[in-house]
Amino acid sequence: MIRKFLAAVAAMAAFSQAFQATPAYAAEEVNLYSYRQPFLIQPFLDEFTKQTGIKVNVVYAQKGMLERLQAEGRNTPADAVLTVDIARLDALAKAELLQPIDSEILKKNIPAQYRHPDGIWFGLTTRARVVYASKDRVKPGEVASYADLAEPHMKGRICTRSGKHAYNISLLASIIAHKGVDAAETWARGVKANLARRPQGNDRAQVKAIKEGICDVSLGNTYYMGFMATNEKSPEQKEWAAAVNVLFPEQDGVGTHVNISGAAVTEYAKNKENAVKLLEFLSEDFAQHMYAEQNFEYPVKKGVKWHPLVASWGTFKADDINLDVIAAHRAEAAKIMDRVDFDG
Amino acid sequence: MAISQAIFGNDRHAARPMSQFFDRWTIGAVLLSCCVAAPIVAVFVIATGTGGEIWAHLFETVLPRYVQTTLALMIGVGLGTFILGTGTGWLVAAWDFPGRRIFEWALLLPLAVPGFVIAFVYTDILEYAGPVQGMLRALFGWTSPRDYWFPEIRSLGGAIAMLSLVLYPYVYLLSRAAFLEQSADVLEASRTLGRGPVRNFLTVAIPLARPAIVIGISLALMETLNDFGTVDFFAVQTLTLGIFDVWLNQNSVAGAAQIASTMLVFVLCLILAERFSRRQQRYHGAGRPSRRQIRMVASGPFAAFVVIVCLIPLSLGFVLPVAVLLSDAVFAADADLVDSFLQPAANSLFLSGAAALLAVAVGLFLAYAVRLRGSRLLKVLTRITGLGYAVPGAVLAVGVMIPLAAFDNWVDGYFRQIAGISTGLLLSGTVFALIFGYVVRFLALSQGAIESSLARITPSIDGAARTLGATPGRVLRDIHLPLIRGSMLSAAILVFVDGMKELPMTIVMRPFNFDTLATEVHQFAAAEQFAEASPAALAIVLTGILPVIILVRVMDRDARKREAAGTRITGTGLTRTGIK
Repeated sequence: MIRKFLAAVAAMAAFSQAFQATPAYAAEEVNLYSYRQPFLIQPFLDEFTKQTGIKVNVVYAQKGMLERLQAEGRNTPADAVLTVDIARLDALAKAELLQPIDSEILKKNIPAQYRHPDGIWFGLTTRARVVYASKDRVKPGEVASYADLAEPHMKGRICTRSGKHAYNISLLASIIAHKGVDAAETWARGVKANLARRPQGNDRAQVKAIKEGICDVSLGNTYYMGFMATNEKSPEQKEWAAAVNVLFPEQDGVGTHVNISGAAVTEYAKNKENAVKLLEFLSEDFAQHMYAEQNFEYPVKKGVKWHPLVASWGTFKADDINLDVIAAHRAEAAKIMDRVDFDG
Repeated sequence: MAISQAIFGNDRHAARPMSQFFDRWTIGAVLLSCCVAAPIVAVFVIATGTGGEIWAHLFETVLPRYVQTTLALMIGVGLGTFILGTGTGWLVAAWDFPGRRIFEWALLLPLAVPGFVIAFVYTDILEYAGPVQGMLRALFGWTSPRDYWFPEIRSLGGAIAMLSLVLYPYVYLLSRAAFLEQSADVLEASRTLGRGPVRNFLTVAIPLARPAIVIGISLALMETLNDFGTVDFFAVQTLTLGIFDVWLNQNSVAGAAQIASTMLVFVLCLILAERFSRRQQRYHGAGRPSRRQIRMVASGPFAAFVVIVCLIPLSLGFVLPVAVLLSDAVFAADADLVDSFLQPAANSLFLSGAAALLAVAVGLFLAYAVRLRGSRLLKVLTRITGLGYAVPGAVLAVGVMIPLAAFDNWVDGYFRQIAGISTGLLLSGTVFALIFGYVVRFLALSQGAIESSLARITPSIDGAARTLGATPGRVLRDIHLPLIRGSMLSAAILVFVDGMKELPMTIVMRPFNFDTLATEVHQFAAAEQFAEASPAALAIVLTGILPVIILVRVMDRDARKREAAGTRITGTGLTRTGIK
């Protein structure tokens, strides 16, 4: 008797849970699939709701988000997607899961190189793939370009995460775009020959390795430096950050490789207007400033102040190649990493 | 008759009347297996798409390494879990030594620690910058990595060690149960023939426990194959890493599914080969209840040795990582931490609990249907249903989403056509879909535990009960269920604990605004903020401990009951003797 009662309660709980979970297509809502972590974006979304009264529902997903959108088809509840890395936006665009948006505000706030020409996706922040160099052991001018990393004078001095990580793949894809497949392969082979240890760990672990004297330089994204230098919860990371300088490669060349975090409206958005409002909100001063302050990223909107720490690394020339082009070379970049056995 | 003969050939099935093939047990089992197998079949279907000609490239470059590393990892983890699991399982089952009753349950605890968490903790401790090497440098006056050699934790060996430490409890749990149920008659006969306890263990106890040990190891190996977190963190180039590279970097989900399908076929071959190699063997006794073996008493230096042997996996797999997590969590804790965990914790408990109940129910139904009918079709189907555990979670999630969404869209299209209304997505993106995904992923766990336990009950007892007029359902309810209760509980707990750790399916299939403890860990870990991730990781481990303690209490109570009843009958009340 008690067991039956318990079973009934459990079934009812499941039922009601499931119904709560089904998104209601109410007027003042927008449903978001996000590659960006909740703790990074929730403050923006809360502010958006406060200003507009539009409720934001989020699924923070990663691998498989594209396949979910594809499977759900025209019945998908998602109105907009938030992603990091051009590769994800490009894959969604190629799969025809996004729709073009014509918004004066977005066009005004976001420079042309950071948005799709037809308004299929929009970049919201940029991050540069820089060289972290030991303050003690790297002389000025030793690493002025990515090409220097493949030169003999860097033998045994480089640390990096896996060559297969999205950030390294995008960097290699940009080198293919500028110099061709053969030159890119020679470069990757050269860097591999200069590694101090097998690729492993994440971007922060490489800075730690520099601090410990295992290597002299590493590749990393700019915002990690911000997170390390201000880390109150793991104070030892401040020491790692203090051991290195941020070098922007290619200042005399094509410019430092940058990638974006971005957003787009889905093909079958039910709340398209609200989705556009959200994108516009994220491109305006308030959100752009928050991206800079909280995540140590570079805002795409001109005139928005950078975080003082980020500003202290100085301004730099960014590679202005169209991000579409980089995305198109990613598969080839991944194959090069296999051919040179980068992680082996 | 004629049809069944045509289908099944002229074997023993042919003698059965047609109705036997179409009773409710068979039909139910076939339907259930088809539901569970659909996502796995979907992975094979995705694999038929054009994969962007990845194979030629892979063969020329990294595929040999992927295969080699994957095999080495499987052999390493297989050996590691076998040694740790059966070693401790036998010590606890056959010997009496100080602290045995604590070790009995404590040895299960490492199961609650997610693989990527233990990998992170040990990297911190053992890498160049960590305290261990720092101490060695201070002791010996070394100043740079070139002065000495130290094993690299981020390596194949490291991955084997990490995975063995958290996966051996599968082997421990199943082998210990098997050792406990072994008949004293056989072991004593062997001892009177002059074998010492160790040789007895190696030549009698282990072969008798083979089905249980094999199931334990195959669970550990399937989890090894689906592991992404650990091998990714250590950059160990396994096939699983290859799957994600092809999928996300080369934008070929078909290519990824092709690699995953190849892995599955390989796993299926291994499982079938093992079954084939013991096809002539039975692991249940004939009828007469036998005596339970009496524990040998370890004393003196040997007792100390036994305690140390049991302490090693426990402290390395549980105590140390949890201590590190605790100290990190203290740093990261702030005032509203507990509040922010309540909802995710409730979601985790609900999902894992529901998945555990369902997985046990489905596992029991399938195992019993096979026992009842044993048709070849059913046997093959139920092998396929267990394969979900060997697929990387994110790939399986795609396999689950596609048939579910296809069903939803079909219903939607139908209602639009006949009534002009849209039903939208009925199942996709709901908690139901997620629980279904968990069952598909974890069914192997419950199936394995239940099957190995049912296999130890002699079929003659079914025969006797049926001759006396009991229906198959009644035989299950009144005879088997009481006998295999312990194993069903173990099965439920295995699924529950794995559910608490489940990440890749949850993250992509979940409803809006829905978090679990594992996704909480992930959002910080993905941003490389491990200190912030530690409270949620700790919460997963601690909630994982609770059911383990429940399991042990129930096991204890059963044991006491048996003793109080004055019987010396073994765990299932039935004898199980040697290989015939």
